[in-house]
Amino acid sequence: MFGYAGKIIDIDLTREKITVRTLDKRDAKMFFGGRGLATWILWKELGKRWSEIDPLGEENLFIVMTGPLTGYYPGMKVCICGKSPQSNGVIGSTLSSEIGIELKAAGYDGIILRGKAEEPSYIFIYDDEIDIRSAKKYWGLRGLDTLREIMRDTYSELRERELKRKKGIPKEPGIIYIGPAGENKVRTAAVFAKFTHAAGYGGYGAVMGSKNIKAMVVKGTGKLPDVFDPEGFKEKLLAIHKRLFNFKTFRAYGTGPGGYVVGAILSAEPVKNWQEEWHDKKSMSVAYFESKAWVKKYWGDYGCPLACMKISVLRYGKYKGAISDLPDYELQAYLGPNLGIFGPEDIIYLSYLADELGVDAINTGNAMAFAAELYEKGILSKEELGGLDLKWGNTEAFAKLMEMIAYREGIGDILAEGTYRAALKLSKIKGEDLTKYAVTVKGVAVGAHGIRSRLDFTNPISYAVSVEGGDHTSTADLPAKGETGELFAAFIDSAVICMFTARIGFANLIEFTNIITGFNWTPEKWMNEIGLRIIHLQRALLLLGGPDIFWNPVKDDDNPLRFYEPLPSGPFKGQTISREEVNDLKKKYYTEIGYDEFGIPKSEVLKKLGLEDVDKALEKVRERVWKESLL
Amino acid sequence: MGRMWIMIDPSRCAGCRLCEVACSLKHEGIIWPEASRIRVFEFAPGVNVPITCFQCPDYPCVKACPVKALSVDPNTGAVIVDPIKCELRGECIEACPAKIPRIPKGKDFVVICDLCGGDPECVKVCNAAGHGALKLVEGPPPKIIKTFVREPIEIAKDLAKKFYGEKEVI
Repeated sequence: MFGYAGKIIDIDLTREKITVRTLDKRDAKMFFGGRGLATWILWKELGKRWSEIDPLGEENLFIVMTGPLTGYYPGMKVCICGKSPQSNGVIGSTLSSEIGIELKAAGYDGIILRGKAEEPSYIFIYDDEIDIRSAKKYWGLRGLDTLREIMRDTYSELRERELKRKKGIPKEPGIIYIGPAGENKVRTAAVFAKFTHAAGYGGYGAVMGSKNIKAMVVKGTGKLPDVFDPEGFKEKLLAIHKRLFNFKTFRAYGTGPGGYVVGAILSAEPVKNWQEEWHDKKSMSVAYFESKAWVKKYWGDYGCPLACMKISVLRYGKYKGAISDLPDYELQAYLGPNLGIFGPEDIIYLSYLADELGVDAINTGNAMAFAAELYEKGILSKEELGGLDLKWGNTEAFAKLMEMIAYREGIGDILAEGTYRAALKLSKIKGEDLTKYAVTVKGVAVGAHGIRSRLDFTNPISYAVSVEGGDHTSTADLPAKGETGELFAAFIDSAVICMFTARIGFANLIEFTNIITGFNWTPEKWMNEIGLRIIHLQRALLLLGGPDIFWNPVKDDDNPLRFYEPLPSGPFKGQTISREEVNDLKKKYYTEIGYDEFGIPKSEVLKKLGLEDVDKALEKVRERVWKESLL
Repeated sequence: MGRMWIMIDPSRCAGCRLCEVACSLKHEGIIWPEASRIRVFEFAPGVNVPITCFQCPDYPCVKACPVKALSVDPNTGAVIVDPIKCELRGECIEACPAKIPRIPKGKDFVVICDLCGGDPECVKVCNAAGHGALKLVEGPPPKIIKTFVREPIEIAKDLAKKFYGEKEVI
């Protein structure tokens, strides 16, 4: 098979049993790779008991997947999957790490972890050698220390071993790891690489932690798998490089300008737990981040012509020593305006802390803003917050709160469940409905792109009907099978490439796919078959849900209540979205994608996609949703 | 065409590895990070150290080869590997002050930068990307070049200080 290594590592941590499986060619052609293939594996192994499986229990799988385009297409990623402790469905959470290319160079398409290691461990893969090793000495370490210590130990070992065999020195291995938050099974914990890169959405840091796995280290010294058309590949790759070199502004500033632009111009940036979406704080200009902190202005991962990442280091002031990337727009927004913070140094410091603690800044920032609003409204007291004066803009208080979340101390223990679950818990304690302050969809924090002003790339049903809830990297759009919706996102996460380098038109991506794999697909085949199959399967698993929360699309395919409030400030003051419009768009979307009137995948569509078993499993969901809507 | 060498400025390297992609495509016809004749090391985030043959004036690797598989290109000054003569003994690696020659898995001869015969792909792509971390310099490398020849981890430690100050990242 071209583009694939053809093998998947399967590690049973409980039994300490390591198997290398052959990748089924049919699976690859049905589900492509990455998100698609991982979802299929999850369905096959856990589907029958999906609703009973605790995402943080031993039965869940932790899957690291490459895709057939990983390493070949500029802008390489790996996709982290499993049953998500946020949505109870599957989220394709991608991460920039050379572990993707190392895996393929070692001869594998992915890794499946099952069970739970008896003691803190890490996975070590060096070509044919696969090992579960003790990670006792790394357990408890924060981000930078974890990365440095594991890099030191494993690189010096690899270097010595290669030199002993007279092979020369190897490059450093690819490493993914978790911080303390992942160890403490915080539902907003991320999987990390290279200190600032994170697979944020999904809560997979907690899944990794629940398996007692601190890190994965991969070194492959072989070549990437052969491609179908080597000459065509070279030619096409050069053309794509040339094209991407011309993305000059994006290359120079990445998503950095968003912090100012999305607020001031688009009125779509979260401000104070989304109470507002507009601000005009010039201090958020990317120019300040650049001049105050950037020590490296172009930073890319393997094979990336954009190199849109930057490195920020604060070399003065009270946050001296803080390290971050841009920080990118999502972190700027969620650790900045959404907490009432508008100072670049403060935002860089909080980003640094998020990376040290191992939390996803979007979901954790969202939970912190939720708590701050409850404090503002007098629902949570200073005492209940452990003495924190959690007023908007109080950087030190938010820093402390982030620590409390990562270590599950005091109120942090509740917020560590993520905004939605924390809202449910606090509603019970307080005896009033607090979910109205939770800006999440299906348990996933909504990305920092509002829908009320209608100027951002989002629309009124972007999050409401998406199979990944609030995830802004997999939003739905109309037409449902167009190049701006979740079917396209499913392609990116299944090919396992970067969404920013992929902006060359879908037909070109399919052409590239054919050059690598020889599949001879058309864009229509993806939209009507492969991609559609992935989305329907993900949708089915999301609706099967459980064990703690079951979604009913009739009420849960919706926006956070906040999005129905009129914008209180800015040039779009008063603007909002209406229920009628959302319902109207939902109906259209369901029809086009092949869901029934309740939002459940239709039998005939599932059968056509070869998912008969999934259709059967959905019977109980149909019954539940139908019953609930009769009430 | 006369002597030439590649001057590397690690502080300008973005870590994008387009040089590795271009090099392995040219020499191996496929992307192969460990077989690239120029490799970028990243022991700490953003501390990118591209390494290729420095062309020591005394060519210790050429001298060390017991089967005479290495020679110096009379035009460019690059070290040329004879794939047939090479017996994978690894003496060149031991002789190299920075341990640059490499025998990746599945390769039956050692790989060393040959300057693409005078028009190195890595330099072209690095400049096309606008990073300018690699520069092709005409003429022989300066005599003092050997004082700069160090293993990438050592170069990385110095570079890390430039970015991160006293913070220990490597």
